[in-house]
Amino acid sequence: MTDSTAIPIGGRAAGCPFAPVPELYEAQKDEELRRVTVPSPLLGDFDAVVVTRYEDVKSVLADDQLRMGGSMPYQAGNLLSYDGPEHSRLRRMLTGSFTTKRARELRPQIEGVVESALDTVAQAGQGADLVKHFCTPIPTLVICELLGVPYADREDFQHRTAVALDFNTSREVQMRQAAEMEAYMAGLVARHRESPGDNVLGRVVRDFGGELTDSELAGIGNMLLIAGHETIASTLSAAIALLLGHPDQLAVVRDDPSATDGAVEELLRYCAPAAILPRQAAGDICVRDQKIKEDERVVASVLAANRDLGAADQDLDNLDVRRPVQRHLTFGFGPHQCLGQQLARMELRVALPALFTRFPTLRPAVPLDELDYRTNALVFGVNALPVTW
Amino acid sequence: MRIEVDESRCFAVGNCALIAPAVFDQRDEDGTVTLLDATPPEREHEPVRAATLRCPASAIALHENETRAHDE
Ligand code: HEM
Ligand code: SF4
Repeated sequence: MTDSTAIPIGGRAAGCPFAPVPELYEAQKDEELRRVTVPSPLLGDFDAVVVTRYEDVKSVLADDQLRMGGSMPYQAGNLLSYDGPEHSRLRRMLTGSFTTKRARELRPQIEGVVESALDTVAQAGQGADLVKHFCTPIPTLVICELLGVPYADREDFQHRTAVALDFNTSREVQMRQAAEMEAYMAGLVARHRESPGDNVLGRVVRDFGGELTDSELAGIGNMLLIAGHETIASTLSAAIALLLGHPDQLAVVRDDPSATDGAVEELLRYCAPAAILPRQAAGDICVRDQKIKEDERVVASVLAANRDLGAADQDLDNLDVRRPVQRHLTFGFGPHQCLGQQLARMELRVALPALFTRFPTLRPAVPLDELDYRTNALVFGVNALPVTW
Repeated sequence: MRIEVDESRCFAVGNCALIAPAVFDQRDEDGTVTLLDATPPEREHEPVRAATLRCPASAIALHENETRAHDE
């Protein structure tokens, strides 16, 4: 049964860009899973089973009968394009580079990147846009470390990334920049083939170069850029905007280092930048006692699941950076669960306290309710965040 | 409490090592879980339970009422 009304499933409530649309909460209360039309600028409208409860989202994302399907354009080397044994084979080549230990080892580099971004903010002066000077350069430069982009190339690389991922530039400019980026990745791969660097891409070339084609290797580079860039930039921008609106909680992040890890987990839970995860059933599957049939599309709402009161006895609709750490699905679940999540945590743990420590009087330069939130994009975030101090 | 991990299921995400670092670690080469302490002391039990719930691969099995792996 398909609902006649479409649910804007990635939708965020009017008045609060962090809250899901009320329809998602209603769907969460229903015992029966809803089938609705999902409006999607990227894929065209499609019918899908909407999964909103925390336990249900976990169970579908962990089900090996649920595939990425046609929800993403195929790209050689991109883990999100593979399922099953092909996926695990490729993923195994990368997991050693993304362990908790590797993330800890990258901390000094991340601190350096954050310091340099803070300098740029200071240079830009009062009214500086944090999205441009802080939230975007940090992930770009961290990815330069992972890929082994030489220092001389980094300014160009940053510029190309900014344009290729900028939603405000025209489609043609984006395509041209994406093509240039692909050519650049191919060049990087060639260089690693000659002498593999001591970084993620270099290690893959060194250890598995014989099993992978050049285009798969370039695809891995591109995947890391796409998966690790917009997500971090968005989480940073959304988290900063959120904390600027909760000065008491901002003060906790600024002044209490022992609260950092928990605060980052709460901000991740609350912001849920990748609000929906689309899938398709490769065979019949069951959620509780309800059947999802082969070929049906499924959309998991991370945004709703992260606030599923069934998961805890806490009021999960409010931000509370001091609450006991709650489970969340911001990094997904199951075989595709975010490969870069320990690195992501480290970036956020370093960047947020450093920003508020460098600028202890930081405040928004425009009223917070006038901020331009990207509520309908695949990855949620803030388009510009001008600040003073 | 006795813990078992199934390396063949592990997705190598490292949530266990993040939440209960005294009990779980990851292999350097490929991030697969390694068990540092199969029968951890009481103070580790809560973190271990949390890690088990957060494991995306259901690769961690808990035997709450056992204390030793084998009687030898
Ligand atoms: C706060 C920041 C981040 C968030 C919220 C995030 C979120 C996610 C989510 C939800 C998925 C699963 C997608 C799905 O199941 O359909 C994912 C996958 C992935 N992420 Fe992240 N991510 C973040 C940062 C990063 C970083 C820093 C990297 C690496 C540089 C990264 C690399 C990846 C990769 C490679 C995948 C694909 C894994 C696979 O398909 O096996 N992510 N991410
Ligand atoms: S949390 Fe589970 S999947 Fe991740 S490393 Fe530990 S055992 Fe493996």
